Amino acid sequence: MFDFLDRYDLLGAFWTTVQLTVLSAIGSLIWGTVLAAMRVGPVPVMRGFGTAYVNIVRNIPLTVIILFTSLGLNQTLGVSLGATDFKVINFRLAVLGLILYTAAFVCEALRAGINTVPVGQAEAARALGLSFGQVLRLVVLPQAFRSVVGPLTNVLIALTKNTTVAAAIGVTEAALLMKEMIENEAQLLLISAVIAFGFVCLTLPTGLILGWVGKKVAVKR
Amino acid sequence: MTSVLYDAQGPRAKRRNVLYTVVFLLAAAGLGWWVFTSLDDKGQLDWEKWKPFFGGTEAWSTYIWPGVQNTLKAAALAMLISLPLGAVLGIARLSDHAWVRIPVAVVVEFFRAIPVLVLMIFGLALFSQYTNVSSDDRPLYAVVTGLVLYNASVLAEIVRAGILALPKGQGEAALAIGLRKNQVMRFILLPQAVTAMLPAIVSQLVVIVKDTALGGAVLTFPELLASVSPMSSYYGANTIASFTIVAVIYIAINFALTTFAGWLEKRLRRGKKSTGAVLPPAAVGAAESTGAAA
Repeated sequence: MFDFLDRYDLLGAFWTTVQLTVLSAIGSLIWGTVLAAMRVGPVPVMRGFGTAYVNIVRNIPLTVIILFTSLGLNQTLGVSLGATDFKVINFRLAVLGLILYTAAFVCEALRAGINTVPVGQAEAARALGLSFGQVLRLVVLPQAFRSVVGPLTNVLIALTKNTTVAAAIGVTEAALLMKEMIENEAQLLLISAVIAFGFVCLTLPTGLILGWVGKKVAVKR
Repeated sequence: MTSVLYDAQGPRAKRRNVLYTVVFLLAAAGLGWWVFTSLDDKGQLDWEKWKPFFGGTEAWSTYIWPGVQNTLKAAALAMLISLPLGAVLGIARLSDHAWVRIPVAVVVEFFRAIPVLVLMIFGLALFSQYTNVSSDDRPLYAVVTGLVLYNASVLAEIVRAGILALPKGQGEAALAIGLRKNQVMRFILLPQAVTAMLPAIVSQLVVIVKDTALGGAVLTFPELLASVSPMSSYYGANTIASFTIVAVIYIAINFALTTFAGWLEKRLRRGKKSTGAVLPPAAVGAAESTGAAA
């Protein structure tokens, strides 16, 4: 019954899904943190930029962004992100799109986390003579990060599922393989079950493990 | 809230901020210049490429408006079907009977764990193999199926959170005056919960609108995003212009919905007579699907 699976690189497809997820997660965490710092910072121009970025990007479908990286950035403007192979280019473009999109949600989660830090802490840090950068880096962000593990986990799970959108520009991850398998084999329910099982395997443990970590590191107040 | 992190600025800090502003603006200008020149090099800024959108109505009536209609149609259908379904699932998850509660919980968690795109691809194959839905209608059916399966389970969680957020006394008092369990749910809990959930439901609409774009990119559903490629081939490779217009329309629709949700939340909080809470849109984590979706 499962014979036909040998003809497809199922593990390879899910490996691509995992790679997309991990690379985009790292990238969006960095870019999202920078955005959050801009949004709470003292420089009005940066605050404005951060707010505009988040509001615009959150309201564009990820599919539009990913498709734009391929049709707009690559095919029209010739951006290739240092790769020559068609497949590698599309993979990198998909990661870029996912980072740009997910960072907006990371930024919002972090900003909510910064709000959970009691005002007195920041005031005390300022009274000690720490600068804005030091207050943020040494006092506020460490606590904020620990309190937003939960929301960030939701973002990460959403990101895992969002990697399927890369199928729109031909990155051979799980959803694209599923489409191909369904076209070639008359095993709809079985194929869907296998793919669904794969995603459950990726998202469920992420939620459970990080949920546990989140409880463990949360600052008790 | 931001002012917590820094004091009113003295002369040195003000000077430093000016420096940061200048550096930031220079970096932004550099990026902007690069974007501008590379667009200009490829002729993407020529009036020819933008004329279809600003110099006439043909592009709007031929490509964009039908796309918008299909996007809104799919989103509206998905919302109308998944709301009652989500309410039923959410209530069933709160059932006193384990044989109802547990299977429903499994179903809800299952569909929340799977990408919408996978559900849509499944739907498309399902309709082509097991039903005689005409091949023209199949993409719409598939998109709506995928959206319903996913969003009904997200809405189920919102409904559940809404009911759980009500004070216990509401249900207890209703039971005490002799209402049956299902009357308590129908007359006391659900109406209050629905009010509490409205903002969260409206923001879920944003997720649905965004997810319809998947149908355009992968399932050949002729919605707004799908209108980009025929448009840019018809008007001479105006890819950037077409994408810009389409993105702006998505932003306008979704920004209106987000603003409406925020306004609704404020208003409900202010004018609320019941003792229940109002759920902010972010109350349910999964709501940021490709929406932080799919």
